[in-house]
Amino acid sequence: MIHQLSIFLENTSGTLITVLQQLKKANVQLISMTIADTAEYGILRIICAEPLRACDVLKEAGVAVALSDVFALELDNRPGAGADVVEAFSAAGISLSYIYTFHMRGKGIMIFRTDNAELAAQVITDNKFLTIEEEELEKWV
Amino acid sequence: MNTNQDCGVSTPLPHREGQGGGSPYFNPELETMPRTELEALQLERLQKTVRHCMNAEFYREKFAELGITPDDIQSLDDVRKLPFTTKDDLREHYPFGLACVPLRDCTRLHSSSGTTGNPTVVLHTQRDLDEWANAVARCLWMVGSRPEDVFQNSAGYGMFTAGLGFQYGAEKVGMLTVPAAAGNTLRQIKFIRDFGTNVLHAIPSYASRIYEVMKEQGVDPRRDTQLRILCIGAEPHSEEQRQRIEQNLGVKAYNSYGISEMMGPGVAFECQQQNGLHIWEDYFIVEIIDPVTLEPVPDGQLGELVLTTINREAMPLLRYRTRDLTRILPGECACGRHHRRLARLQGRSDDMIILKGVNIFPIQIEKILLKFKELSTDYLITLETKEEGDVMTIEVELSQLFTDDYAQLKNLEREITRQLKDEILITPRLRLVNKGTLAVSDEKKAVRVKDLRKLF
Repeated sequence: MIHQLSIFLENTSGTLITVLQQLKKANVQLISMTIADTAEYGILRIICAEPLRACDVLKEAGVAVALSDVFALELDNRPGAGADVVEAFSAAGISLSYIYTFHMRGKGIMIFRTDNAELAAQVITDNKFLTIEEEELEKWV
Repeated sequence: MNTNQDCGVSTPLPHREGQGGGSPYFNPELETMPRTELEALQLERLQKTVRHCMNAEFYREKFAELGITPDDIQSLDDVRKLPFTTKDDLREHYPFGLACVPLRDCTRLHSSSGTTGNPTVVLHTQRDLDEWANAVARCLWMVGSRPEDVFQNSAGYGMFTAGLGFQYGAEKVGMLTVPAAAGNTLRQIKFIRDFGTNVLHAIPSYASRIYEVMKEQGVDPRRDTQLRILCIGAEPHSEEQRQRIEQNLGVKAYNSYGISEMMGPGVAFECQQQNGLHIWEDYFIVEIIDPVTLEPVPDGQLGELVLTTINREAMPLLRYRTRDLTRILPGECACGRHHRRLARLQGRSDDMIILKGVNIFPIQIEKILLKFKELSTDYLITLETKEEGDVMTIEVELSQLFTDDYAQLKNLEREITRQLKDEILITPRLRLVNKGTLAVSDEKKAVRVKDLRKLF
């Protein structure tokens, strides 16, 4: 599993840039980020290099930030790779809270979170899905 | 001093060694008197006071307007027949309009700052000053001060009543009293160490400041001082702040309530139970009223404190509206005193909001918000007129993100809203905002209400 930063963002102008500027100033490199559109506020989710330090930087700056563990799976570069993975979880009765993907060095990376991490880990082992650990991800940056 | 109308019952003053030596009470009889006797004493003093008030033209006119005479006061409940007195009344009759004795019989004058218009003036006869000192001595004794203690008063002297008020009270206890006055923290600390101060009076923020400077100077209050008791008042502070000050300085800290129109400190004080402030009912008739209807509220309910002085000669005040919000704590206190207790003062009645006919105090909202550790202490209440009527929006800062889950944030919002509705009977709109957006720079916490309603 890898670390992800979750940041509370009010839906007003300037909130996103304030957070990103803090990370820039601290020389933190982003790998991926996602935010869903909501009426009043949303949660900005960030995968980056040195997530622990990045979290401290944001906390220091007074940002409401949480550090959480999420799964990162490496997907084959072929049609249906995403469907196969989600199908396996679905078959095991696991629902995914959210999911997002990005490409890195020709590989698809899928980030997701579930309420039942233990069972998800079992499904990953059983299906021989490839997981990515933080050290690996950081090597690529 | 030669007044022909003595409004109070003279109390036997204790000797320097302290009344009863080992007694926990300074005025044992008056402090532990059963309610029925206390109330009989109150009625007797109230009747005398009301008659005495007829020496002031201000009250003579008020009584004439209401069509009442002093003879209408036959029971304690009859206090409600009396006219209210407000700070504006004191200002409009500046400086001596409410005096009930000739000026030559007065020995002291205190005056509050007049930020708007005239200041207020409070006059004292020598008997008033003696009784004031007795009230403060009673408080200091109650929290454990004894004649062998050294008392340091870090309050401002001069017109500010906490200076001279505590001075005379501490002297009456028989303590060695150090009128250090406010400021010059290094000197305060030197006095505390050199004179062996064990009882200190300071406003809470200054007590914290003394601790900070001690730390800078490498002074450990537990090791290097004999501080044991701290009296704090004049500034609103939370229970958490009190505990932090106690922890830092290694003392027991007791809450003091005073109001210069009543005399100053000595009106109400916490006992060693640290659960509510005993208000001296042989000095005052206590009422808690709804600031809008002016009707009394039941014990335990928040309202405005209204005080009638019944132990004062120079300038008795009938039903003085303090504008301070508090409630009566129901039940007996384990300390054995039968004088009722006020809850920690909770802001000013001037801050009250009326929305859809419901009275709401910002403190009620604050109390709920403080329960959620996910929120910071800053908040903003906005009142607006919308199509569906007047609405209240409460913005609160999320200080920490406890979850990565959007649904849980929504749950938190729902839970806060539900608890607010239980407290204020109106469902507010809640908005979670980023930390730091509501913070204000000034030290003193401003009232966090923005009223944008259209008035018809």
